[in-house]
Amino acid sequence: MNPQPIVNHIPALRRYARALTGDAWAADDLVQDTLERACSKWRLWLVGSDLRAWLFTVMHNLLVNQVRQSARQASGRTVNIDDVAHELPAPDANLAPLLDLQRCLLRLPQEQRVVLLLVTMEDMGYADVARITGVPIGTVMSRLSRARSRLQELMDAPAHVHAHTTDSASADGKSAPALRRLK
Amino acid sequence: MNPSPSTPSSRPLTNDEIHALVDGQAAPAQLAALQARLTLDADAQATVLKWQRQRDALRGLLQQVEQEPVPASLLSAGQAATGSRQTLQQWSRWGGMAASALLVFGAGWLSHGQWEMTHLSSGTPMSKAAHGREFIHQAALAHAVYAPEVRHPVEVTAAQQEHLVQWLSKRVGKPLKVPQLSDQGFDLVGGRLLPGNEGARAQFMFQNAGGQRVTLYLGVMDANSFNSSNTARDETAFRFSSDGPVPSFYWVDQGFGYALTGALTREGLLALAEAIYRQL
Repeated sequence: MNPQPIVNHIPALRRYARALTGDAWAADDLVQDTLERACSKWRLWLVGSDLRAWLFTVMHNLLVNQVRQSARQASGRTVNIDDVAHELPAPDANLAPLLDLQRCLLRLPQEQRVVLLLVTMEDMGYADVARITGVPIGTVMSRLSRARSRLQELMDAPAHVHAHTTDSASADGKSAPALRRLK
Repeated sequence: MNPSPSTPSSRPLTNDEIHALVDGQAAPAQLAALQARLTLDADAQATVLKWQRQRDALRGLLQQVEQEPVPASLLSAGQAATGSRQTLQQWSRWGGMAASALLVFGAGWLSHGQWEMTHLSSGTPMSKAAHGREFIHQAALAHAVYAPEVRHPVEVTAAQQEHLVQWLSKRVGKPLKVPQLSDQGFDLVGGRLLPGNEGARAQFMFQNAGGQRVTLYLGVMDANSFNSSNTARDETAFRFSSDGPVPSFYWVDQGFGYALTGALTREGLLALAEAIYRQL
């Protein structure tokens, strides 16, 4: 048995959490919560099973709960990032393409972002991703498809017209969506 | 995903097959077959190329984060998690070892005037010894898991002692009493229900002003599980072991098995065990 098995997984957990949340502090908080949860839930880890997949499962469950909670707290007070995209600082033309990738990634629905990152960044098997996210493998595949297509659309669209050329208008199609601002 | 032999390389690739190709998630033979069909499918080629590039880009994303030194707070949280598991493993190893030592070799017996002693017959069948091993093993595990717990050391706290006793008595199947250890400086933290081979077990946790914790683990236990079959059912066997990192007293009394575990001196633990034995 590896004497420091968990510590060895922290860098990957941090990177994944960073890509998922787009925020260094939120990501490290999530990792911290994951490690604490792992500490109190050791009995639920089957010795000999995949420790990495288990840690990602613990993190995934925390993330889902967090999103649920913040959705409750903020219900009715959210803005769609596409709706306010033209108000956000215009992307610097010199920004590295990787930053652009990260920005577009954050505009995917979280359930799609999770699957795409686990499959690509973490190179996990589809079946493992299904276990981690608790959905059937067919759902994993359809989320993966939608994530790849949507990310491609976002990346292909010129940055400054994202809000108008991508499917932000597809929600209602006809009029510019009214802004719902956080006060 | 298996290409049927009758329709060779002409069938267009499905979405799932394109994913499998891009992510390399199929057996080598299957991937080769998909590659062969891909050469005849221009649409799929374009998609594979785009997604392959996207996959490479995502795999390159934030790579620097993995190279950064891990923040100290995360490192210590990770070490705590690893530590808690190692303790668990250590305890489970020790628990097994100690139980074998106690039950097979009969080591660590204590002579004490007030306590009616019985000796393990050397002919104790293994199935009986296994019961005892299981019991002390579980007791050691339960101590290792819950004694270091900060947020949730118990399920029901001492503030609800009456409910705790009723609940655990009902589940364990016999009326329980919580021993008073305040004269020895230990107050009840609370208790929890645990699974055992022959039904529910209970764990009471006590803590002194210095934050030291001892746990009393108990469950219904036929004394015959530990003694030769001609001994009376309520006969008491009392054992002490300091072999492991944390010493333990272990006895059977009136159909209950008890294990008192704590990182105390032998004398300190003995005083507690005596107090418990007198009260229960």
